[in-house]
Amino acid sequence: MGQLSIILARCLQAIPTVFGIVVVTFLLTRALPGDPAAYFAGASATPESITEIRAKLGLDQGLPRQFATYLKDLSRGDLGQSISTGQPVAAELLKRLPASLELTLTALFLSVMTAIPLGVLAAVHQDSWIDQLCRFVVTAGVSLPTFFTGLLLIYVLYFLLGLAPAPLGRLDLLHVPPPHVTGFLVFDGLLAREWATAWSAFKQLMLPAITLALFTLAPLARMTRAAMLQALASEYLRTARAAGLSRGRVLMVYAFRNAMLPIITTLGMVFSFSLGANVLVEKVFAWPGIGSYAIEALVVSDYAAVQGFVLSMAILFVLLNLAVDTLYTLVDPRVRIDG
Amino acid sequence: MSLFLHRPPLLAVKDLCVEFATRRGPVTAARSVTLQIAKGETLGIVGESGSGKSVTSYAVMRILDRAGRIVSGAMEFGGIKLHDANETVMSDLRGREISMIFQNPRAALNPIRPVGKQIEDVLIRHARATHDQAREKAIAALERVRIRDAARRYHAYPFELSGGMCQRVVIAIALACRPQLLIADEPTTGLDVTTQKAVMELVRDLTHSEGMSTLLITHDLGLAGEYCDRIVVMEQGRVVEQQDTRALFTAPAHPYTRRLIRSTPHAAQTIRDLLPEDQRPPQPPAVAEPAATSGPLLEVRALVKVFESPGGLLHRLRTRGKSTGHAFRAVDGIGFSIARGESVGLVGESGCGKSTTSAMIMRLLDATSGSIRFKGHELTAVPAGGFARSPLRRALQMVFQDPHESLNPRATAAQSIADPLLRLDGMTGAGDIRARVEQLAAEVGLPCELLDRLPHQLSGGQKARVGIARAIATRPELLILDEPTAALDVSVQAVVLNLLADLKAKSGMSYLFVSHDLEVVRLLCDRVIVMRAGRIVEEGPTERILSAPGADYTKELLAAIPRPAHLPHHVGRAKVAWA
Repeated sequence: MGQLSIILARCLQAIPTVFGIVVVTFLLTRALPGDPAAYFAGASATPESITEIRAKLGLDQGLPRQFATYLKDLSRGDLGQSISTGQPVAAELLKRLPASLELTLTALFLSVMTAIPLGVLAAVHQDSWIDQLCRFVVTAGVSLPTFFTGLLLIYVLYFLLGLAPAPLGRLDLLHVPPPHVTGFLVFDGLLAREWATAWSAFKQLMLPAITLALFTLAPLARMTRAAMLQALASEYLRTARAAGLSRGRVLMVYAFRNAMLPIITTLGMVFSFSLGANVLVEKVFAWPGIGSYAIEALVVSDYAAVQGFVLSMAILFVLLNLAVDTLYTLVDPRVRIDG
Repeated sequence: MSLFLHRPPLLAVKDLCVEFATRRGPVTAARSVTLQIAKGETLGIVGESGSGKSVTSYAVMRILDRAGRIVSGAMEFGGIKLHDANETVMSDLRGREISMIFQNPRAALNPIRPVGKQIEDVLIRHARATHDQAREKAIAALERVRIRDAARRYHAYPFELSGGMCQRVVIAIALACRPQLLIADEPTTGLDVTTQKAVMELVRDLTHSEGMSTLLITHDLGLAGEYCDRIVVMEQGRVVEQQDTRALFTAPAHPYTRRLIRSTPHAAQTIRDLLPEDQRPPQPPAVAEPAATSGPLLEVRALVKVFESPGGLLHRLRTRGKSTGHAFRAVDGIGFSIARGESVGLVGESGCGKSTTSAMIMRLLDATSGSIRFKGHELTAVPAGGFARSPLRRALQMVFQDPHESLNPRATAAQSIADPLLRLDGMTGAGDIRARVEQLAAEVGLPCELLDRLPHQLSGGQKARVGIARAIATRPELLILDEPTAALDVSVQAVVLNLLADLKAKSGMSYLFVSHDLEVVRLLCDRVIVMRAGRIVEEGPTERILSAPGADYTKELLAAIPRPAHLPHHVGRAKVAWA
């Protein structure tokens, strides 16, 4: 089978998954405690007005009817209205998603750039100081929760040293957001040639990104080290050494490319859970992402918003897994035959 | 061939000592090893596992792993002092002057790099080709190791090639730069006999035509005897004997060499001959002929197993679930029977369907069609998943190929042996079970003090005994032995084979002995079935099949067994009509 048809088959396999997610998110949000109608009606509502609101929201109908309506809206790209803000959920998520993605992608970039060289060096120089450093970073990264490292970084870098700006969102008050192109403020600033804005957005981004990166660094570094050690002990590496291949070629072409396979898998997993870990980091840094939006919605049983959030996250996961599978197919020829 | 001794040696190793750092302190793997290889000579190093034969060659290449260290000694190769050459010099020598081929060729190749590219890497590294000509030269190297359709194979990945083809690629990599010395570390272990013959002849032809020297490291004395000019015998890190091949076989000086020669099945008349003279028990009593009325214990008829290629989702959509002829007939309508107390050998090369057959009889796999009657009951009527609950399960047991992998690493020997007692016999009472386990251990010759050890604390032979004790715990009537000695050293194999013969004589069990080793089958089996490509090629009494085979394929198999000219043979060497 060709690579293309395998990738196509994976895409087809994603369709039932997405449908399953739609069903599960729908059922889960209905199972949430609290009555959205009662909350929406306010503290001074009478039973009659609550019933009226319930009918207006369509919550008085049976679950199958509600689900049919939900599907119909969904097919038009309508995720419903948020009860608390009155805004369409889809629009709000779209507005906030770039903020979350900017943060996550930057954090992931930072952690990949540190973790992979660290893991490779630790494996190549086993038991040296760099291996000890790797072990220390991994332990620290796993054991320190993000809200703690976030607060620690704010305390040291902002409060004590004054190196970082105040942790208050994506831009300081002096700057106006650049025209919307990608939704990533640093990029948009650069595209609009507003250097000061871009720099300000970059400074705001650094602390939360480092916080998140420290968290995602640990599993990546550990997997890189383990995968490299395994590749270094393999028989094909012995063959490569016995053939006199240069050290660089042995390490990069023979060992690292094989070690890539588990690293890619871990990367996909880390990406997924860092989207979840975002929620705390966004809270600490007042970052206007979808994580903080979802928490606020959950607290007030804003079911449409929660449903929209869970669904869009799930679809993001599916896309991510698809990307990981595709990447895997490109790296490992063995995957291509047993599709 | 003492004529080699008059030339200056190509490689001279003197008093080499190698140590490995372990958690329990340093372990000496090679103790003052001294050997020489002349130009054009083929030297064999023979020894059992742990004898230090591989370590010596790794030390010569200076590719010992991190824990290994050359403590003392001198190694000189064509005037270069290998023991204190720096890494740059060594890395230039490796692959260009000294090359190495390995056991398990598929693992020895980079799994995600096309084989042609792996040959190119070596050519470019040693400046034998520029980037423009590399491809052409790599294809030429593949042709030199007689790979057909080399231009197409250039793009193949190791997993797409057979074991023998992979070994050819490894040889192509090793010989790409025409080195002066080739070190072959168990190059054919795990390959079929006919493939082994092809690979060894390829190595011999290529090295002879280039005037290269070869260092053949093997546990198989027969192989070394057939291909080497001189043989070094190693035991526990020491060289115990070093002789011309003929002298080694006709007048072995060291007792260890004598024991090794004796354990090699080639020369043995009966199974007892494998054991040292002072340890030979009397011959096992001949089993009484099965009563004519009892009928066969196992009867297999028209057994078929078809494996459908699953194909991808798209493929299934395209064909709408219909079978498309991608099916592989692993077992293709075979039939045979086993009488009570009989021992039948099932031989054939990898992929011939012998393991699939044994898995179907064990009810680990469902047959596609056909019948398996055991003690008069139709086994195929019970689905594989439900057979564990069948009362017949107790009467049918199996000993697996790898004694280590087939034991639960977290269960002690006693727990492993007790497992079938608990699950199949429903025994209760810790005291009773322990007593039974100890009795079984005594039957297989496993000392009771080893019963509380975990598999990794036992030797290969001890693990094999645990596996056998576990299999005979429920007093089965048919024991399927799937290459039970393939992973063992010859001296341990000798003991285990004798143990199996004794157990059979005592309990009257029947054996289905699945093996690729005709020499072992000859010693243990009454009857032999030869399989190829899912079908039975030939069947009959062992004596007749091995001395006067009818089928060409059987002749081919027999001819492929390495046999040093200086050993007596008991397997007929029929003339083969090479097609």
